[in-house]
Amino acid sequence: MSQILARLFPPQTRRPDEVVIEIGIVLSMLFLVYMLTRLKKWGWLWREWLTSVDHKKIGIMYLVSALLMLFRGGVDALMIRSQLALPNNHLLPVGQYDELFTTHGTIMIFFMAMPFLFALFNVAIPLMIGARDVAFPRLNAISFWLFAAGAILFNISFVVGGSPNAGWTAYPPLTELRFNPGVGENYYLVSLLIAGIGTTITGINFMTTILRMRAPGMTLMRMPMFVWTVLVTGALIVFAFPPLTIALLLTLLDRLFGSSFFTLGHGGMPMQFVNLFWLFGHPEVYIVVLPAFGIFSEVVPVFSDKKLFGYPAMVGSVLAITLLSYVVWVHHFFTMGAGPSVNAFFGVSTMLIAIPTGVKIFNWVLTMWGGRIRFTVAMLWQLAFIPAFLVAGATGVLLATVPVDYQMHNSYFLIAHFHLALIGGTVFGVLSGMYYWWPKMFGFMLNERQGKWAFWIFVSGFFVTFVPQYMLGFEGMTRRMYTYPAGLGWGPLNMVSTIGAFVQGLGFLVLVYNVLWSMRYGERDLTGDPWNGRTLEWSLPSPAPSYNFAVIPAVTHRDEWWEMKQSGKARAYKVKSSAIRPIHMPKRSAMPFFLGVSFFVVGFGMVFSWWVITIIGALGVIASLLFSAFDYNDSEEIDPEDVRRSEASLGRLEI
Amino acid sequence: MSQAVRHLELPEQQLPLEFADYHESIKVTGFWIFLTTDLVLFACLFATFAVMRYDFANGPTPIHLFHMGPLILETALLLTSSFTCSLAIYQSRAQNKTGVLSWLILTILLGIGFVGTEVHEFISYVGLGATWHKSGFLSAFFTLVGTHGSHVTFGIFWALTLVVQLVKRGITPRTSRKLYTFALYWHFLDIVWVFIFSFVYLVSMTGGKMA
Repeated sequence: MSQILARLFPPQTRRPDEVVIEIGIVLSMLFLVYMLTRLKKWGWLWREWLTSVDHKKIGIMYLVSALLMLFRGGVDALMIRSQLALPNNHLLPVGQYDELFTTHGTIMIFFMAMPFLFALFNVAIPLMIGARDVAFPRLNAISFWLFAAGAILFNISFVVGGSPNAGWTAYPPLTELRFNPGVGENYYLVSLLIAGIGTTITGINFMTTILRMRAPGMTLMRMPMFVWTVLVTGALIVFAFPPLTIALLLTLLDRLFGSSFFTLGHGGMPMQFVNLFWLFGHPEVYIVVLPAFGIFSEVVPVFSDKKLFGYPAMVGSVLAITLLSYVVWVHHFFTMGAGPSVNAFFGVSTMLIAIPTGVKIFNWVLTMWGGRIRFTVAMLWQLAFIPAFLVAGATGVLLATVPVDYQMHNSYFLIAHFHLALIGGTVFGVLSGMYYWWPKMFGFMLNERQGKWAFWIFVSGFFVTFVPQYMLGFEGMTRRMYTYPAGLGWGPLNMVSTIGAFVQGLGFLVLVYNVLWSMRYGERDLTGDPWNGRTLEWSLPSPAPSYNFAVIPAVTHRDEWWEMKQSGKARAYKVKSSAIRPIHMPKRSAMPFFLGVSFFVVGFGMVFSWWVITIIGALGVIASLLFSAFDYNDSEEIDPEDVRRSEASLGRLEI
Repeated sequence: MSQAVRHLELPEQQLPLEFADYHESIKVTGFWIFLTTDLVLFACLFATFAVMRYDFANGPTPIHLFHMGPLILETALLLTSSFTCSLAIYQSRAQNKTGVLSWLILTILLGIGFVGTEVHEFISYVGLGATWHKSGFLSAFFTLVGTHGSHVTFGIFWALTLVVQLVKRGITPRTSRKLYTFALYWHFLDIVWVFIFSFVYLVSMTGGKMA
């Protein structure tokens, strides 16, 4: 018994700050259970959310999870910055510092950026293409619950067993058993494998949805730009996630079952991991940034009152970026000795990406040119993205220059570069998308004034944090450094950077306040089209009814809803009563939730090599799959009368 | 969703059941994309094997281990099972339930023969002291071939559930779509095996000169 406890709670889970957090977690869980019981909300939670296969609700669950993960990853970042604020600082123990930069990176990429994007995929894509759900609604719920299982497993590591501590890239041989004997790396590997299955399914699901379920008349070149970017993101996921799966799986086999892939002895080859990881890792950058580009391509035309400039060039550049993203992975390790000719190839291919990206920046600016710009919060995030991404891109080209990279590799210059790209690109993108589609999700607006406060505070903090890091990189400060001596002159710049990080944290709090305030007092969106939008989702009420479209629209233009409004036919979206047919919809199911729980149990058993637990979880997985195979009762028809009643109550029925 | 079949050129009656039904045909599209992910998965394992194929670490080498006998048997069993699987599809087109079931059960038996032979082969290697702990080469070998073998095993259980569903429900758009996707999966594993046979076994046995 005491042995089990010693494995579950090793010393690194018993640091004073963590004990406080653990008590906080337990208390807030108890409070949640108490509130759900008192308000009698358990049944509601189960029926409306946990067993839902509705893409709009799954989208909201992704959004809530992503915001929680943004908070966790942000706290990690603030602890890192506090440690680095002063020279010779020992605020945190050195082991905890290693754990923090590992969990910060992993959470922000896999459990914040990706689910945040999937939230917006789910919320917007079916509505934009005139579909009633995604191609595989139940698989969509499975994707979410596998992500949730992975995320929870990863997040409990600091409470139970100890966090991973080998960086988010988890290079062997440091991650091998010999150098890293705790369970932390097991948590990293198992949780990313589980979440990765979910992500792969999401990629397949959205590709199939977009390829097969568009409304009649919506040709590929009439798809909204966001739909294009999600389509290619699906393709990127399909080709990029298997290498990650293999890299993680082989490391796990080394650790749990004694194979010799990445060990130092026995003919292992750690370099193979690095190649596999970045074969995934570079396309991953575009998996998280291309959908953000898509969001900007929706937001800019709407708030400039102009159609998107150069649509075919936008499509072409997205496709070019997609293809190029597969042939640049070696630029993550120029210094590992691939030789001049290989490095030259990958340096040039990396620089080439700047061209289609530049095309896109120009097109957004030219869309605004001569337009009537409305400075809404969604638009402000886009406007802040342009300078941030420009600097990130330009410094990226610098890093792609091989001799320069030998100087800058793994320095704070690199840290500043990819934070400008990932926050300036992805985070600004998803926040822009969140403010833009919020009324469509919830039926009320986020307060614009508070949103602008959050925006200005966050963006100022953002530049104050990361611009000094470029300079620190030039001065030789390397990443993952625990502390530094006083004589190097790095102190003031680090202090500025830390202050900026706390300002960003304040910006996040204002954003949360913005959301909570608006939940109570926010303006209702009664029209369904609060921004004077251009694409089909704005033709629906906010929030959309469960079946989305009572009658599937026939599309004749790229900005279909805009054209309908212009030609005075907007009333055509009032539904003719006689045109309503029975609607085929998926039924809710407990299976995805159960599968997620089972995978969590499998994963937890594997982390500790407690095989009985793993087998119990595996039986749950098998039971779920068998249930699915024999379950033919997974969809239902909605009676046209019910649809008529619901459309009439929304004031959209034409007799 | 009645915009349904507009993508398809042929009139509905001429299409096989699983393509004539809009919802089922979407699932076939999705399955092709899934197979792409599986293909990339195997590609990564092949690449890993290619990189590590000389990392013997003073352990056993291919010439010590591999023998033609079991390999020919495995290849014959799996390729034949692919043929019988196609015959099952052919029978489903003809709406012949008994035909489908017989060919499908034969496919399962051939699959079991393949997995059994492979397990026997692996056990004999381990008996010679060739565990995957020994060397990078053996790790890569067992993982690549074992991943294929576990795919075949999964396929066998999948086919068993199909047998039950076909007996219970007959040949409907849904069961024939499930049969069709199973066949895609089974043929895919067959192709992967051809590459394993050529690039893992044959090349290693001829002294390890890749092509």
